[in-house]
Amino acid sequence: MTVLEQPGSSRNKSSLAGPPPAWRPRVDPAPLLPDAAPYRLLGTDAAARLDSGLLTRLYAQLVRGRRYNAQATALTRQGRLAVYPSSTGQEACEVAAALALEERDWLFPSYRDTLAAVARGLDPVQALTLLRGDWHNGYDPHEHRIAPLCTPLATQLPHAVGLAHAARLKGDDVVALAMVGDGGTSEGDFHEALNFAALWQAPVVFLVQNNGFAISVPLAKQTAAPSLAHKAVGYGMPGRLVDGNDAPAVHEVLTEAVERARGGGGPTLVEAVTYRIEAHTNADDATRYRADSEVETWRAHDPIALLEHELEARRLLTDELVGATRDGAEQMAADLRERMNADPVLDPMDLFNHVYAEQSSQLREQAAQLRAELDAEAAGHPEDAAGTGGSAEEARP
Amino acid sequence: MTTTVPATARKPATMAQALTRALHDAMAEDPSVHVMGEDVGTLGGVFRVTDGLAREFGEDRCTDTALAEAGILGTAVGMAMYGLRPVVEMQFDAFAYPAFEQLVSHVAKMRNRTRGALPMPLTIRIPYGGGIGGVEHHSDSSEAYYLATPGLQVVTPATVEDAYGLLRAAIASDDPVVFLEPKRLYWSKSDWSPDAPAPVAPLGRAEVRRRGSSATLITYGPSLPVCMEAAEAARAEGWDLEVVDLRSLMPFDDETVCASVRRTGRAVIVHESNGFGGPGGEIAARITERCFHHLEAPVLRVAGFDIPYAPPMLERHHLPGVDRILDTVARLQWESDWTEGRGE
Ligand SMILES: Cc1ncc(C[n+]2csc(CCOP(=O)(O)OP(=O)(O)O)c2C)c(N)n1
Repeated sequence: MTVLEQPGSSRNKSSLAGPPPAWRPRVDPAPLLPDAAPYRLLGTDAAARLDSGLLTRLYAQLVRGRRYNAQATALTRQGRLAVYPSSTGQEACEVAAALALEERDWLFPSYRDTLAAVARGLDPVQALTLLRGDWHNGYDPHEHRIAPLCTPLATQLPHAVGLAHAARLKGDDVVALAMVGDGGTSEGDFHEALNFAALWQAPVVFLVQNNGFAISVPLAKQTAAPSLAHKAVGYGMPGRLVDGNDAPAVHEVLTEAVERARGGGGPTLVEAVTYRIEAHTNADDATRYRADSEVETWRAHDPIALLEHELEARRLLTDELVGATRDGAEQMAADLRERMNADPVLDPMDLFNHVYAEQSSQLREQAAQLRAELDAEAAGHPEDAAGTGGSAEEARP
Repeated sequence: MTTTVPATARKPATMAQALTRALHDAMAEDPSVHVMGEDVGTLGGVFRVTDGLAREFGEDRCTDTALAEAGILGTAVGMAMYGLRPVVEMQFDAFAYPAFEQLVSHVAKMRNRTRGALPMPLTIRIPYGGGIGGVEHHSDSSEAYYLATPGLQVVTPATVEDAYGLLRAAIASDDPVVFLEPKRLYWSKSDWSPDAPAPVAPLGRAEVRRRGSSATLITYGPSLPVCMEAAEAARAEGWDLEVVDLRSLMPFDDETVCASVRRTGRAVIVHESNGFGGPGGEIAARITERCFHHLEAPVLRVAGFDIPYAPPMLERHHLPGVDRILDTVARLQWESDWTEGRGE
């Protein structure tokens, strides 16, 4: 300071005298910014241009999805599933995610996104393997191009970016859609994934289902950003804000983002504003952290009811359609119930498979040990094998 | 060092409640103790261990954080630098991994890097281990990772009393403690009386839980009840087993372990975590180095298989149980071929 103020000092005089050097953002942020309010179609004039076929397709999937959630939740009460994170109230996001993709595209779901996987064609029972507990994943990811349902939050997002990048390097026009919750956006992996995606202009779409809570923590304690969609701007990609209970709106926004990615336009971050009607999982007590009245407000903005309103206005909500849709959903539920009520046939020796491509001698040794225990059990000495696991309380009442 | 618990206090029935009580008492005694993590406030933690703390001490002392383990632990480091004693909760074993960088590069090394100028008096509570039928990423036995990191203390209670006493000691310690809570023992009960002084259990001292003369079972955390049961069952076979509960893996109590093994001449180490690269290997090496001439048989291990944690429906085959322990104890006799059962 004093040096600079010395009279007669000639150092840096000219640059100090003028204004600071001009600075402009490297990218114009305006086109990246999300709208001020979530984008809506249902209940607006724009709904008129929606294709009826799309509406009935979305409707069938929504109703089916709701039924699936109810059935899976019932299965937890019967002890058939270890746990189920319901997406009741969020079906529009799930369905739109599946329907916005082409067959060659990839879906990267989180643990709550069974519906998106099922709507994409996955067998409803295979989708529940993880949650039933017979294996960690119930399907071949390549079959429907669905990555395993991901439990550690946001950790699948960099995978989606990597896959999309690799596809582009190979010259394939494949898009990856990665789903994450509002809580997951706080994880470091979320930030790193967005940054890589934007830097590489990877053909990937991020769908944040903002359902209000991360277990008990409300969004206000999760982020100080104006919206989650605003986060996109800092990475250099567009952020879109959409009403997550408006199925056609989510479908349109996602389809646009997917097409943009496919056409070389780079990644998009979509925030769908929705609500988790049920507790976090069947093991959670939501009354500890939220009021019933809040849940009721959101019930009044139900994705199925919203769509039914539009179908009715078009005189499409016929008894026939309603009946056929309901029957289809019931049939799916009955089939799910029946197949889930059968005990899965498990081979404990499977524990040693797929740890490595080639089994180590240590694993062969351990497999032989378990084989001997199982043989002893089968030979009618259950006491030899009982108590080889489980909690002490459980195994020995 | 002992703490007197007021006689008016509610009697803790479970390990989870003893942990709550320990957090409560530590916060009441020392205003620099802060609890933070995902869902620890309003909800009281997914296992309810922090239940009531936010109400009593305010949200600045028991804080619901954003969902970011690296952020939680990294900010705790800064808080500790400024004189607070953060107690951080990681929701489940496998969800602590995003915080590994902070744990390994900073929490564990800060004292050493700064030649003692910046101690890290923080406690990282992690529910760990299997046996509750959790889906993947909810049952990892992660102790070996922490044990492999110099600068960390690794503590795990197996009894309700120790849950209280060891957590108090962990929070009081001027060095970081990875405090592993065996989640399948959260609901175990005891007659722990809050009227009597509740001892703060010193870190680094093992406890002989059962006296015996034929062999020593060395274990910790979730496997202690299994070993106690095995020791009872072994009586029918003519084995009188001693059971040592390590309570803390680092610092490690060579003295108690070696005294026991010298007495019995035989040792079996039991833990849930995988055997290859697991803590048992280190413990076996120490016993061999210190007690070789007292050993009547090789030091054996009963551990979880060397596989990613089993899916819930198969976990009973993976976890070390009473019969697997008894089979191993039987192999301690010279006349039996202890290499039997190998896969070659
Ligand atoms: C890395 C990581 N930390 C913690 C958890 C434990 N956990 C499971 S779900 C959840 C809340 C997630 O909230 P959000 O991202 O909003 O998704 P939602 O469950 O609402 O769909 C937490 C903390 C986890 N699965 N992974």
